[in-house]
Amino acid sequence: MKINLRIWRQHNGKEQGRLVQYSLDGVSGDMSFLEMLDLLNEQLTEKGEDPVAFDSDCREGICGQCGVVINGVPHGGQGVAQPVRTTTCQLHMRSFADGSTITIEPWKAAAFPVLRDLIVDRSALDRVIEAGGYISVNTGAAPDAHAVQINKKRSDRAFDAATCIGCGACVAACPNGSAMLFTSAKITHLAMLPQGQPERVLRVKRMVGEQDALGFGGCTNIGECAAVCPKGIPLESISQLNRDLIASLFKHDGKDD
Amino acid sequence: MAVTGLVLVIFLLFHMFGNLKILISVEDFNHYAGFLRTILNPILPGDTFLWMFRCVLLLCVVLHIWSAARVTKQDYKGKGGRGRYSIKKSLSPDNTYAARTMIWSGIIIVLFVIMHLLQFTIAPAAFGNPHDGPDGRAGMVFTAFGNWIFIVIYVIAMAAICLHVSHGFWSAFATLGANVSGLTRKVLRACSLLVGAVIFFGFLVPPFLIFFGVIN
Repeated sequence: MKINLRIWRQHNGKEQGRLVQYSLDGVSGDMSFLEMLDLLNEQLTEKGEDPVAFDSDCREGICGQCGVVINGVPHGGQGVAQPVRTTTCQLHMRSFADGSTITIEPWKAAAFPVLRDLIVDRSALDRVIEAGGYISVNTGAAPDAHAVQINKKRSDRAFDAATCIGCGACVAACPNGSAMLFTSAKITHLAMLPQGQPERVLRVKRMVGEQDALGFGGCTNIGECAAVCPKGIPLESISQLNRDLIASLFKHDGKDD
Repeated sequence: MAVTGLVLVIFLLFHMFGNLKILISVEDFNHYAGFLRTILNPILPGDTFLWMFRCVLLLCVVLHIWSAARVTKQDYKGKGGRGRYSIKKSLSPDNTYAARTMIWSGIIIVLFVIMHLLQFTIAPAAFGNPHDGPDGRAGMVFTAFGNWIFIVIYVIAMAAICLHVSHGFWSAFATLGANVSGLTRKVLRACSLLVGAVIFFGFLVPPFLIFFGVIN
């Protein structure tokens, strides 16, 4: 099949970016979206042009490296309407009609500066995790599996929240460039588990403080984040974060030293 | 923003309930309007309570606008300024027209409230309806809504408030942590629409009935 592409080209962070048109022949429906970009890059390289820079790693939908805005939707899936939520690498060209025009842009948010073309610097998400998205334990012999008990509902919820791969689609989809769904997934994950309790109160304050300091926008309960999340992190995670944040105001261990 | 917003919604519902007394009779309405100025008498003298109430409301309004300005600034910076994507699709059922235009409906409401206070509280005489006429405070209402211009202004203002509340009400609950599941979200959003609709119709029933001469 033949595809028309409009791709965001930007040489570096300082330069102004723009959309450039390409036409690509010989695309197979079985190709993944990234393989289609590989094909384009082969042709561009042969012609002596700069290939399109994009991020990718595992190409099986679990690492969170790839991610571009395709026709106005991060990862290009149709969100809640589509039964299978997808990362860009798991999106296949059979989802597009022959001869269609596809617009590809990078994640755009103040906290995600564009490095080149479709690659953005998502390390702001790492800074948010460093601010409190962990538990402090002394290493040693592993405890018995049944030594710490937890009910099924809470462990299921923790597991579901822990599936976040940190791809940043929530930030890209949010009209405010907010990272609340990302942060709240980690808050919910650790808040449900016994191991997360000792630092629970301070964690939420520090992570929210860090995400504000990094220049992410605020949450206005629009829900675009949850609609595009490839892992289906639900919008109610954000309310879990808010509950913990409000509770931290009334707790002694919520005060930073 | 959530807490002050909910306080203001409760005030609006109460204000609306008070307004509807004009449907019973002019005397009932005037009696109620007079009572508002003497609440907690004789514990507190004269209209002390009314002024305390006004101060609390004003504080809520100021804090609400202050936090709105803060979040608007943060959000504008967060998305990286103007002109973001060349195409952006909306997939969320919660991304409503009301949610996207909160700042504009808010600005309309602020302008309206200033006009509304001048018209009925601060300088009614300047609007040609002094509150010490033969029909008392109800008389002001009849004078105002005999004029089609005010009907138009109030319809626009109530539409703005209805939109603002239809997103703000559920959003406030979500911010306070009440959005615990998909089903809860549906219930909250339905309540939000209901409150918006009640405010819209509740406030507009008396002006329209007055304009068309059903009550006089």
